[in-house]
Amino acid sequence: MKKPLLEVKNLKINFKTYAGLVQAVRGVDFTLYEGETLAIVGESGSGKSVTSNAIMKLIPEPPGIYADGQILFEGKDLIPLSDKEMSKIRGNDIAMIFQDPMTALNPTIRVGKQIMEVILRHKSVPKHEAKERAIELLRQVGIPMPEKRFNQYPHEFSGGMRQRVVIAIALAADPKLLIADEPTTALDVTIQAQILELLKEIQKKRNTSIIFITHDLGVVANMADRVAVMYAGQIVEYGTVDDIFYNPKHPYTWGLLGSMPDLNNKSDEKLYAIPGSPPNLLHPPKGDAFAPRNQYALAIDFELEPPMFKVSETHYAKTWLLHENAPKIDIPEPIVRRMERYKKEAGLNE
Amino acid sequence: MEKRHDTYGELTPEMFRVVGPRLAESDQMPKKTVSFWKEVWYRFRQNKLAVSGVFILAIIALLAIFVPEFSQYSYRDQLGVYNEAPSKEHWFGTDDLGRDVFVRVWYGARISLFIGITAAIIDLIIGVLWGSISGLFGGRVDDIMMRIVDILSAIPYLLVVIILLVVMEQGLLPMIIALSITGWVNMARIVRGEVLSIKNREFVLAARTLGASNWHLIVRHIIPNALGAILVTMTLTIPTAIFTEAFLSFLGLGVNQPIASWGTMASEGMGGLRVAPWRLFFPAFFISLTIFAFNAVGDGLRDALDPKLRK
Amino acid sequence: MLKYIIKRIIHILIALFLIVTATFFLMKAAPGNPFANERDFPPEIEANLNAKYGLDNPWYIQYKDYLINTLKFDFGESMKYKERSTNDIIAEGFPVSLALGLEAMLIAVGLGVLFGIIAALYHNRFPDYIATTIAVLGISVPSFVLAGLMQYFISLKLGLFPVAGWNGFKYTVLPALAIALTHAGYIAKLVRSSMLEENHSEYVKLARAKGLGKWTIVFKHTLRNALMPVITYLGPLTAGVVTGSFIIEQIFAIPGLGRHFVQSITNRDYTVIMGTTVFYAIILMFAVLIVDILYTIIDPRIKLKGGGRK
Repeated sequence: MKKPLLEVKNLKINFKTYAGLVQAVRGVDFTLYEGETLAIVGESGSGKSVTSNAIMKLIPEPPGIYADGQILFEGKDLIPLSDKEMSKIRGNDIAMIFQDPMTALNPTIRVGKQIMEVILRHKSVPKHEAKERAIELLRQVGIPMPEKRFNQYPHEFSGGMRQRVVIAIALAADPKLLIADEPTTALDVTIQAQILELLKEIQKKRNTSIIFITHDLGVVANMADRVAVMYAGQIVEYGTVDDIFYNPKHPYTWGLLGSMPDLNNKSDEKLYAIPGSPPNLLHPPKGDAFAPRNQYALAIDFELEPPMFKVSETHYAKTWLLHENAPKIDIPEPIVRRMERYKKEAGLNE
Repeated sequence: MEKRHDTYGELTPEMFRVVGPRLAESDQMPKKTVSFWKEVWYRFRQNKLAVSGVFILAIIALLAIFVPEFSQYSYRDQLGVYNEAPSKEHWFGTDDLGRDVFVRVWYGARISLFIGITAAIIDLIIGVLWGSISGLFGGRVDDIMMRIVDILSAIPYLLVVIILLVVMEQGLLPMIIALSITGWVNMARIVRGEVLSIKNREFVLAARTLGASNWHLIVRHIIPNALGAILVTMTLTIPTAIFTEAFLSFLGLGVNQPIASWGTMASEGMGGLRVAPWRLFFPAFFISLTIFAFNAVGDGLRDALDPKLRK
Repeated sequence: MLKYIIKRIIHILIALFLIVTATFFLMKAAPGNPFANERDFPPEIEANLNAKYGLDNPWYIQYKDYLINTLKFDFGESMKYKERSTNDIIAEGFPVSLALGLEAMLIAVGLGVLFGIIAALYHNRFPDYIATTIAVLGISVPSFVLAGLMQYFISLKLGLFPVAGWNGFKYTVLPALAIALTHAGYIAKLVRSSMLEENHSEYVKLARAKGLGKWTIVFKHTLRNALMPVITYLGPLTAGVVTGSFIIEQIFAIPGLGRHFVQSITNRDYTVIMGTTVFYAIILMFAVLIVDILYTIIDPRIKLKGGGRK
């Protein structure tokens, strides 16, 4: 019934730097189904952007190296494809929305032309029709006076409007998969909400699958069907939004939930910050990469890397705490209280 | 993703006791914080062209220092053998007055390098003072000082130099004065830009609140921070000055005979090109080599300092 | 925009005034009499000459006359050659220099852009090394050395082009090349580095994400933006071509303004030196202004708002 659109299997990506080989992505597995939104959450440097660029084959080689794994798009592995073959897929089947709309558009080319480019590249339509489509796209992403805007340069647009243009470019060839790499990070809070709303609307209308990369768990709850939490180049926990928000198993996920700011924060409750800093992927630590920062680290965490433990059909986590021999650890109190509150809010919203 | 944990074999209960975080380990490991200059030095060393530039300059400087001291000839000795091709006695041949070209080339190196380096140092001093005063004081002072810079930089550099040299007695000092009369303008602009970007950073504000004088700010905070940009500009000023000196010598405005600079030698050599091409070739070769080396070092420095490339 | 242009023109006028004033007083202070070379003038003839050239007036009268004449674009008589005014010399020499200069600029931009693109496209591969080496050589070798070497090898030894003179296109090739190569080297370096920089920009990544081909990206996206800095280089290029012509015209015996200028320097022909300097200054400063205006027209990102470029 649910057909997988994208399967990433044991993806490993390294970067050659002057200091040595950086293992940015260390064996990532996930599956994305048609019409589904998967959020990949993690701190900067956790490998989430590298993963998304890798799917588009946008990692520059060198210094990047696809060390291992497969990226199956509709069953076909993308990794061995040449740049030329890949360019037929990019923009057409898989499209991408970038983080910073201020730099993503070519400053010296009119906005309309930048949209038309995609249509003309992937669809065999005459120029005037491409132009009509481009204007229609501008209208769809909520840009007022699209006919006039069509002939303007990027610097004549505000940040939020530019991000709408970037989205229009991504949608131009009607892709099956949309990768949104922190699409709202560079924008004002009010604009953020508008852009997220727009993405949701697009998904509903077009049934596009979306991979949503973010460091902000707060955004995820509204956007995603499923969530994958990344740490140090690996997925440490994944599950449905409910799994992650109401039944998180990995101590890192607890930390992320605890560090999420929310409006109803009681004054006596302090924002939680995960102590320490992420490991240097030049020399990934032995065992569980999160152990040195983990309040509940087990002896084994410093020796052996944990496998993915199954929590439920939809929910997996990579922590030794789920082993049958592990002591029972309760989720820390403040985080539990927060989760309760999310639950209540979610209930109210629906 | 299946139950893989079976494959781990013996997992004793002992291994599952909570030991808590090891934050020291986490904080020690973060990215090796290499100091800025160490990193610059590292990147500079990686640049083969720049490193060879340093070597070339070192060798030229050494030869310029020692050859005229230890050679059996002097730059002004007329040896009675005119326009002789390079030989065992005269490695680079002799010129039309019978002087040894080898000695003259290294003597000329002294003069050319001296002119280049002195001009760069004068540029540096005026430029840094002008730029940092302008940037630090801001407001009207800045306006007026920068307006002056704007106007001076609108004046074509070489025309000024030529006019000055036409009027002044020819010689080493007038040459240096002429070269640095408007040359500092560039340095002033760069330093001002750096000052403006540094001025409002915390450490400068902190020094200010602690009552540091402007002079203290310039010497202790602004110069070290602007050092990169200043260094690059200087390494690129020296070859320009050497180049310009050669150019002016060619117009007959260079240093006086029998003193030799590479420029005067090359321009004399042009005249005798058909009979004694080595008289042009050797000084021209070393001008080119030196300019090449300085450019390579300057470019290498700039690339090494560029924070955009840092990761 | 208009405010900016006016501001720039005011700067230029002040700078011109400074140049005119400075040259005037420097020339006054210059050692030696312009007629010193032709010794043995009877005193009455010298007085005559002085009167003719206004040299016996007090300095402020001379200065005033000079300013007024300059405003009228009258740069005075040559002190060396009777019956020749500076304006005659400019009228005779400038068209020649202009033709040579334009050819040199075309060569510099053409070769520079070509080599820069090749180097960037084949970054860190063989063609890059070749193009970069040639560019570095062009930058490092002074133009008069290049001129000498070309004269020696290409004209004397191989006989491919005439050694010197000014008599049709064949005579222009070597001098134009000699002037152009240094600048071609700079332009090549500029284009190469700015293309490489553009290649790392986000919009190129987006263009790749759109599925555009390698060459489409180069020609439609990168190149256009990478060539912008070349326009800023046109100002220094004009200056370089003008000053380059001083020497090259001398070496190749081309009857251009540059050669006349150099001769007036060797002859200490003060009025001609002054007049030509002011003329050059006007040309160069307006060339730089035009380039800056051009730049803002071509690059939609830049808006001149009184305060100049950011």
